[in-house]
Amino acid sequence: MNNALKNALLNRLIGMADDELILSHRNAEWTGHAPLLEEDIALANLAQDELGHATVLLGLVEELNGKTPDQMAYFRDAAEFRNVQFLELPKGDWAFTMLRQYLFDAYETILYNRLLTSSYQPLADVVAKFRGEEIYHLRHSHMWVERLGLGTDESLGRLQAALDQMWPLTAQLFQVSEADNLLSEEGVFPLAADMADEWQEIVLPHLANCSLHVPTHATMLLAGRETHTHFLNDLLTDMQQVARWDPSAEW
Amino acid sequence: MTEEQKTAEFEERIGRDEKIEPGDWMPEKYRKQLIRMISQHAHSEVIGMLPEGKWIPHAPSLRRKMILIAKVQDEAGHGQYLYHAAETLGVTREELYQAFLDGRAKYSSIFNYPSLSWADVGMIGWLVDGAAIKNQTMLAQCSYGPYSRAMVRICAEETFHHKQGKEMVLKYAAGTAKQRDMVQDALNRYWWPSLMMLGPHDSESTNTPQLVKWGVKTKTNDEVRQEFIAETAPELIASGLTIPDPDLHQDEDGVWHHGPIDWDEFWNVVKGNGPCNAERLGMRQDAHDNGQWVRDALEAYSEKKYGAAAFA
Repeated sequence: MNNALKNALLNRLIGMADDELILSHRNAEWTGHAPLLEEDIALANLAQDELGHATVLLGLVEELNGKTPDQMAYFRDAAEFRNVQFLELPKGDWAFTMLRQYLFDAYETILYNRLLTSSYQPLADVVAKFRGEEIYHLRHSHMWVERLGLGTDESLGRLQAALDQMWPLTAQLFQVSEADNLLSEEGVFPLAADMADEWQEIVLPHLANCSLHVPTHATMLLAGRETHTHFLNDLLTDMQQVARWDPSAEW
Repeated sequence: MTEEQKTAEFEERIGRDEKIEPGDWMPEKYRKQLIRMISQHAHSEVIGMLPEGKWIPHAPSLRRKMILIAKVQDEAGHGQYLYHAAETLGVTREELYQAFLDGRAKYSSIFNYPSLSWADVGMIGWLVDGAAIKNQTMLAQCSYGPYSRAMVRICAEETFHHKQGKEMVLKYAAGTAKQRDMVQDALNRYWWPSLMMLGPHDSESTNTPQLVKWGVKTKTNDEVRQEFIAETAPELIASGLTIPDPDLHQDEDGVWHHGPIDWDEFWNVVKGNGPCNAERLGMRQDAHDNGQWVRDALEAYSEKKYGAAAFA
């Protein structure tokens, strides 16, 4: 693999791992605070699956850049993270959390399906393992969007507010860079922009069935994955404080 | 059959080590005691998610984070399982939970102590779960079938938590200076509350004699506490940590003797005056209040989708 291709792949792997790591962190914040005991259990489960995926993906990163998964998670600053912004936003209310999960699960389902045939075999292998779990994630979040959308006026109102806030940010999932073209040509990683239609075909009918209106105004000037909100700083302060308190220690 | 005859028959069954199952005749007092114990246990699991759950965002490695999320998830699962066991005695989870939120039901005193550092997660795993396992292993023998079976299952998972906590404490005890200080501080704060959580001395424990007679408890609080010290103290000492009890020693027969337990503190915490009683219950109340609209939406959705019959 030449250097340009390797760097492009690294960038994508880190993006995938960071998406999972950051979403896992947010979901784990519900543990002990969910609206039903059953959902404390469910959210902890999601968080573990996502953390597991992040760890495995960071293992692939390590093979390319030599940095351990813990170094990547605990000793990078916000500007070095490559997750999309809407995953780093605070967990919000239950409507926000479930809608975010749904929109992201739908995206991941498509991404994983495509990566199954990646010419980079280590990636195709790990994604084959993730896929089984992802089906359950999507089923869970799909059902929750439906229950809240078709529940009470309040639940619908909260869900709509969440959609208004995060919808413009979801476009970040489908951004592409120059280097991505290289990956796509080599069959390593699908062109993100090519997944947007398929994603919309999944989510738009469901959102409509759940009485939701997708915002039509597209005023958001989107930054790339290297740009973050201040919420990521806050999140990393939480996440990294013990590890950095004694960096010489083994934890 | 008279009440006395039924009671005599019931006690004979217990004498034969038979399990009492839901729907079997049982003295009202037995039923009440079991509801009290099982629901307190369930509440303890639910509130027990908080001191450790607070540290999930700060877990210093991916592995530790995974272990901790899984552990707190297990506690939620135990709570759920125990509420179901209590429901077999003719109460609902909702009424039990409401009594807990209102402060009418008790839960384990240990969860009213703060978790102040990351090392507390390890110390809670080793000491608190260790003490809980001692109690629960005994309760796995208890005469009420659903509680006994719940305990068998829960003990298996608790044993795992206990191992993980111990591994962490031992690692930090042999780690950097900062880690050693942190873990010693955690021991200083958790040793006495762990001894207290096994309950008052036998002489002060009003419920114990009846519970032993009916096969709900098979050992007294002091017996269980003694087992816990005998198992834990030597390993803590071997790790180089100092147990905060200058009177603690083993006599020539190998029996451990501990210094006086501050029962005033224990009763104060039980009565609701512990360092975190208000905070812990407040957080559960917040979660409950913030979740009300979600539960309302679920109910409304089910009625629309499946008709009012679903809730009849």
